[in-house]
Amino acid sequence: MYVAVKGGARAIAASHACLAEDRRGDPALPELSVAQISEQLRFAVDRVMAEGGLYDRELAALAVKQAAGDLVEAAFLLRAYRTTLPRFGYSLPVDTGAMLVQRRVSATYKDIPGGQMLGSTFDYTHRLLDFALLAEGGEVPAAPRDKVPIEPAPRVTELLAREDLMARDPDDGTDPTDLTRTPLTYPADRSARLQNLARGDEGFVLAMGYSTQRGYGGTHPFVGEVRFGSVTVELCPEELGFPIEIGDILLTECQMVNQFGGSRTEPPQFTRGYGLAFGHSERKAMGMALCDRALRAREFGEDITAPAQDEEFVLSHTDNVESSGFVQHLKLPHYVDFQSELELIRALRREAEARSAAALPEAAE
Amino acid sequence: MSGATTASGATTASGATTASGATTASGATTAAPDAAYNFAYLDEQTKRMLRRALLKAVAIPGYQVPFASREMPLAYGWGTGGMQVTAAILGSADVLKVIDQGADDTTNAVSIRAFFARTAGVATTESTAQATVIQTRHRIPEFPLREGQTIVYQVPQPEPLRKLEPRETETRRMHAMADYGVMHVKLYEDIARHGRVTLAYDYPVLVNRRHVMAPSPIPAFDNPKMHFSPALQLFGAGREKRLYAVPPFTSVESLAFEDHPFHPWKADCACDLCGATDSYLDEVIIDDSGGKLFVCSDTDHCATRRAEGHRGAKAGHALTAAE
Amino acid sequence: MLTDAPLLEAKTVSLRFGRIAALDEVSIQVWPGEVLAVVGESGSGKTTLLRVLHGDLSPDAGQVLYAGRDIHAMAAPDRKWLARNEWGFVHQNPRDGLRMAVSAGGNIGERLMAAGARHWGNIRAAAIEWLARVEIPEDRIDDPPRKFSGGMQQRLQIARVLVMGPRIVFMDEPTGGLDVSVQARLLDLIRRLTHELGLASVIVTHDLAVARLLADRTVVMQQGRVVEQGLTDQVLDDPHHAYTQLLVSSVLQA
Repeated sequence: MYVAVKGGARAIAASHACLAEDRRGDPALPELSVAQISEQLRFAVDRVMAEGGLYDRELAALAVKQAAGDLVEAAFLLRAYRTTLPRFGYSLPVDTGAMLVQRRVSATYKDIPGGQMLGSTFDYTHRLLDFALLAEGGEVPAAPRDKVPIEPAPRVTELLAREDLMARDPDDGTDPTDLTRTPLTYPADRSARLQNLARGDEGFVLAMGYSTQRGYGGTHPFVGEVRFGSVTVELCPEELGFPIEIGDILLTECQMVNQFGGSRTEPPQFTRGYGLAFGHSERKAMGMALCDRALRAREFGEDITAPAQDEEFVLSHTDNVESSGFVQHLKLPHYVDFQSELELIRALRREAEARSAAALPEAAE
Repeated sequence: MSGATTASGATTASGATTASGATTASGATTAAPDAAYNFAYLDEQTKRMLRRALLKAVAIPGYQVPFASREMPLAYGWGTGGMQVTAAILGSADVLKVIDQGADDTTNAVSIRAFFARTAGVATTESTAQATVIQTRHRIPEFPLREGQTIVYQVPQPEPLRKLEPRETETRRMHAMADYGVMHVKLYEDIARHGRVTLAYDYPVLVNRRHVMAPSPIPAFDNPKMHFSPALQLFGAGREKRLYAVPPFTSVESLAFEDHPFHPWKADCACDLCGATDSYLDEVIIDDSGGKLFVCSDTDHCATRRAEGHRGAKAGHALTAAE
Repeated sequence: MLTDAPLLEAKTVSLRFGRIAALDEVSIQVWPGEVLAVVGESGSGKTTLLRVLHGDLSPDAGQVLYAGRDIHAMAAPDRKWLARNEWGFVHQNPRDGLRMAVSAGGNIGERLMAAGARHWGNIRAAAIEWLARVEIPEDRIDDPPRKFSGGMQQRLQIARVLVMGPRIVFMDEPTGGLDVSVQARLLDLIRRLTHELGLASVIVTHDLAVARLLADRTVVMQQGRVVEQGLTDQVLDDPHHAYTQLLVSSVLQA
């Protein structure tokens, strides 16, 4: 007996209730607090801020909690929230050169002014599961950190630029594109590309960057510098006419040093790939720097042969809010279109059969 | 079944619900909007930006206007473009209908309708005739639209040439130069290979004799409804960030050859519930041996016809709504 | 058809790539119905000249006039219209001038459809007619060019170019990359068609034998300059310029 599919509203309400229950999990266990997530899952929070395009640790932690750890879903929550926020204006460009670094490394020089500062990193850990962490309440001994505040350290790429070995990227005074206000068009300028990459899915940007290392359009990169720390954000309100500090944010910046072939008219110079991400996101900033350099191929007159150099290909697919939405939308009903495909294929098969049936008597002769 | 439920769970005959359970004179639902958000969720600046883009779109029928799509609380690919258009044009006196696959009760239609009921407090309805704004995914209602109505289409891929040419820079140039040879080549190839054009849905159309447009994944069967429609037709692609429009009484012609004219296909039978022979039908498998029913995809149309006394071949099947 | 004015004319066209003078005050004329060969070694600028004449590259100085109109001064849509309807371009590699995944019939019919042809049967009939003219069997009409031999791909490209009835056709080393016997057949076809259709044509080639066979007049280029031009037989049999003499003498007599 045919029962019409109805009751969609009730199904949705029930689904929401299941989701809330599953999110809470076993009620006998203590509920995760947003503060705990912000403190103890800081990389999850950093990633959500970066891909959500919004710097607010508490909101990002809330999104992680609400999404039960699905970071793409959490980034989506943050982006959707961002849509509702009023916009007061643009900050002044943050000066990462004046960053109070917590971690700073360079691969291009053995030692640099300001020193190489290892800081807190997984890099030299042995990836052995620490079963002591299965229990709570373990003692964490105090780490030896410098109590003396670090002087802002000059960037490594600045050292190269002073020797004219690396081109500077001068501020020519034009306003950068604002991708949240104007849609991306091709060809894209560098500010649009960088914004797109900054909000892009870490996995995708990483993979594209990785591909350049494996021969798909490589440029022999070196890490000029990776630095992580806090920078001050300044805003210049119209009413005051002078800039005021409105807070500090944590940023990770990566400058990649790449080779440029030069030409008969221009001597060779190093070229730059740039990456920047909210929070402590080295993998993202580095992947982004590799992609940025690859996408500058046109600027440097290089042949565009690899996917990472293909601007339309890379920039159209970085946004995981878009990609997740569109891939998953395939779960939505498509039966009307499928119905028309069914009708079409049945008709084509009928016609093909009719044609071969008509051909048979002729063949028999 | 008229297709509407009241808060108390009983059905009404007029096809409208009210929060209190009574029907209003106009037969439409109203509820107080959620005060935490601006009317219809988007801020006024954003709505203004959208309306400006829509004006451009209406001024150049079928031309895709880029716009800075906002993230909405629903995922990209799930109707954010249509929702932004609806949010931009909705007024407090509007009556909103939302359908997906022609039905008011599919989960996503329910979700979107609830969204606007919550953020705008507008009256909602399942009746095509009573609606002033209809947001739709993949169908045009069977009941002819009238002057003063606006239909908003959800569009996944606004670029009709995309499957033939992946580059945006190239397709933009093709539209600017009216360089559509590659589209007709595809149709030529279909006929050479299969004897007919094998596009079943999202069948490209020429709008106002100038721009080739993607009508969204409506079945080809629905294309003729767009031609000289008295209603305003707006199209929103949120993820791809494009809006376009067909103003009322504009020519919309499905691409074809003179000797292979466009033919709107549908299943060659009548609706088993209401007997309609001219409406698009869904095929429903009803038992393990592959037994089938064909029913109108447009649930409001079918329900209205049945309320008027029309019966189809299998109308004896008890049709109960899961309450 | 007698006329005073050339159909196509380059007037002191110059173009630099960085420091290199790719074209240096080049002036040539092409009259309706005449075949002009542009010969020279690689680096002579002959392909660059072809691209400037076809409107793909803009010169730094000088003009290109088609039927009296400066093609680089006109709006892009107008130039595009000419490129589709009055000019043809045959690429050295047929893959550059064909849609490899589209059937032969579709390749030939595309320009007709872009120009507004809307009768499927007529388009197909035109395609069949042109396949016959370029000696491709009719039963290949639904095959895509990637199933064709190199010679057949080139003949298909020619059909695609000629279907719109252009007045002038530009060819860039049309026989390059083909076997000698295939070349001969193709050259024969080009000669026959240009003669039958009264086409003007500019053929870039490094092969003097091609110039000898096809061209009424020949222009010799060296390092971006025209060093000699005139009737083909005269230029090849009695070269005046030292470079032309060198070219001619270095050709092995078959």
